[in-house]
Amino acid sequence: MSNAIITQAFINQCRTLLGKDNVISDPERLKVYECDALVALRVMPQLVVLPETVEQVQALLKLCHHHGVPVVARGAGTGLTGGSISVENGIVLGLSKMNNILALDPDNRTARVQAGVRNLAISEAAKIHGLYYAPDPSSQIACTIGGNLAQNSGGVHCLKYGLTVHNVLQIKLVTMTGELLTLGGSGLDAPGYDLLAVTIGSEGLLGIVVEATVRLLPIQPCIQVLLAAFENIEQAGTAVAAIIAGGLIPAGLELMDNAAIRVTEAFVHAGYPVDAGAILLCELDGPEAQVEADRQKAEQILKTHGAVEIRLAEAAEQRKLFWAGRKAAFPAVGRIAADYYCMDGTIPRKHLAGVLTRINQLAEALGLRVVNVFHAGDGNLHPLILYDMSIPGDYDKAELLGGQILELCVEVGGTITGEHGVGLEKLKHMCVQFSALELEQFHRLKQAFDPKQLLNPGKAIPTLHRCAEFGHMHVHQGQLPFPDLERF
Amino acid sequence: MLSRDLTSELQAQVQQALATKTALRIVGGKSKAFYGLPSSAQTELNVSGHQGVIAYEPSELMLRVRAGTRLIDIKSLLAEHGQMLAFEPPAFTEQATIGGTVACGFSGPRRPFTGGVRDFVLGCSFLNGKAELLHMGGQVMKNVAGFDVSRLMVGALGQLGVMLDISLRVLPIPEAELTLTYEVADIMNAVQKMQSLQGQPWPISGLAFCDGQLKIRLSGAPSAIEQAAQQLGGDREPQDETFWQELREQQSAFFGGAEPLWRISIAPATPMPELDGRWLIDWGGAQRWLKNTVPAATIHEAVAALDGTALCFRGPDKTDWLRLEPGVLSLHRQLKQAFDPEQLLNPHRFTPEL
Repeated sequence: MSNAIITQAFINQCRTLLGKDNVISDPERLKVYECDALVALRVMPQLVVLPETVEQVQALLKLCHHHGVPVVARGAGTGLTGGSISVENGIVLGLSKMNNILALDPDNRTARVQAGVRNLAISEAAKIHGLYYAPDPSSQIACTIGGNLAQNSGGVHCLKYGLTVHNVLQIKLVTMTGELLTLGGSGLDAPGYDLLAVTIGSEGLLGIVVEATVRLLPIQPCIQVLLAAFENIEQAGTAVAAIIAGGLIPAGLELMDNAAIRVTEAFVHAGYPVDAGAILLCELDGPEAQVEADRQKAEQILKTHGAVEIRLAEAAEQRKLFWAGRKAAFPAVGRIAADYYCMDGTIPRKHLAGVLTRINQLAEALGLRVVNVFHAGDGNLHPLILYDMSIPGDYDKAELLGGQILELCVEVGGTITGEHGVGLEKLKHMCVQFSALELEQFHRLKQAFDPKQLLNPGKAIPTLHRCAEFGHMHVHQGQLPFPDLERF
Repeated sequence: MLSRDLTSELQAQVQQALATKTALRIVGGKSKAFYGLPSSAQTELNVSGHQGVIAYEPSELMLRVRAGTRLIDIKSLLAEHGQMLAFEPPAFTEQATIGGTVACGFSGPRRPFTGGVRDFVLGCSFLNGKAELLHMGGQVMKNVAGFDVSRLMVGALGQLGVMLDISLRVLPIPEAELTLTYEVADIMNAVQKMQSLQGQPWPISGLAFCDGQLKIRLSGAPSAIEQAAQQLGGDREPQDETFWQELREQQSAFFGGAEPLWRISIAPATPMPELDGRWLIDWGGAQRWLKNTVPAATIHEAVAALDGTALCFRGPDKTDWLRLEPGVLSLHRQLKQAFDPEQLLNPHRFTPEL
């Protein structure tokens, strides 16, 4: 890593390349870039550059490479792990001005978009062709496709439709030396190593994506949502396993525990059964006859596995109501707790009941409360740890519990992060999941792309000699950055 | 199915190779030895004895197997539980292993509709060129911790590591399937028809064209595919599975004959490249097979002009079987260096420089 200081001469060179409006160095305007959606971590950048063309990105990286200046790429700043905040003596390269949909190709069912295009904008533009872009992270109204690529973002429907990596055909990547590479193909694969796959989810450490060609899918004609109530979470967990073992792949399969049901019901009045130990939301989509067959099968399985109540939403408004509580879980928790941490571990589904019991025991031992929402279909757990920043020691306890939960996830064969990424936030937990040899292999991989280690250095992969200590997603007084975004 | 853990033996062999700077030719069932350039390495590292299921959880949709496990054994185990490898890999011979399948990155007719090998790899353990045993990825579908090294192994022809075990996502076997046949005289009409079908939410799981016949495979609940079949028309195929199996295993008449077999990967709606020879279209237009004897350079150039890529899948002369852009090739070499600094693992399987 470099210790070069950003000089006035360097800033002037950036201005020559980009025009002075696209180079930000005054503290007032820089403040916007101080953090992402993890507000607990803040670093005021010295310089933010907003290129408008691929050529400008290439020229900038070449310049930074020459001067040894680290570069952090940033999309909409909706990330949850501090991945896009500045590093020491580095610049932030924002892609927000590269926000054009370059081509919609209904025949090939693809969209070619610049990195700064918002996720939802792709589906909005494709709608007239009866097509959409499947990955739907909860921040999709604001987050950019470039950020989605960096994080390999999923969404509620990834059980059936996959993550970003499953839905992107090709990217254009600018390397740290300013070279423009095309990775992937116009078809479904490209010769040689799968460089596209390894670049997706690499958190801006390997190159800067300036353009992507994404796959579009036909909009399904029929969607139905089942809401099933259970006496306890064990039964709900068993029902999830039975649905999958029964040969169904629902478009979405979400689970909430009693604490989450009560908190969200009080907030949005979705009509959830507040005495239920757990509820399951099961979304089915496809051709009408398929959905009908799947619904019958799902209802049968849910009944056999102890569902005490099953409701069906066919109309769009009712589906929305069923989902309303689930989607409001984060802000609802924000109403009852001064602060909360959101964890993001993934576990094999069979361990669900055991892990939730253990989480509650761990929380009790520390005198903390936890509300659980869960992407049950794919095993992605979002325990929300409630605490109060104003009580001395409470924050440390919450952080301790968060770490214990992630270690538990790894212990049962899962992972420390299912969809939020590592960024700065989970660096130290990477040391729990990976051995020193594995981390060293990651570092050598990075060096193959970025020998001078100038791209987002210090993020995502911890150095061996020091597993840095950082906090978790910290939400104070229910105030999320981007408060209008759904978080689930 | 046999269960045998040869991890320490294989690690010792790689350590030995490292100590003596002897390059290794990694083999499984040798069913795909024809693919790519022959490795320049003389010493064989045989992984086929490293066999067996480490974990299989039907309700988790997860299978973890040793790399030497035979594909046919995996398929029959999964079928007992109503599940399958949804990328529908070809085996070519009964000896084909899952390790070789992942290393080659081969997927069958279902690929555009359910995904390819790389879409189903959740994690793997491997020995890198320093004989270090590494575990990457995991056994869960959502996992964004660390670089996605296990997917990087797919199609890398063993050059980045000796895969020891692989965790795969599996899917339920569709409740029912049926195949429709249309007579379509012109190949470009067939390609266009494929696109209009894929632009609609039909329950399609196979879409191919050969010898004037367009084949559509439908998968799903019996009521759903029956309804779709009625709306689509066309003739019902009596021997549903045979066509797709022969296509997958390259056993149909098209694949006969002495000419080299070229595989073309291209955007599915693209017009046909101006190349003489016999064509078979699979993957709804995105994978096109060509049998002809024109020079490799002519094929590469004609396909590149349409933004696609060609590779010589089978043929006597592989000197120009695949092309990589200079910038991309140099990244390949740096990655190879990062995983296998002494160039011990399957050297020169891609090109004389790689």
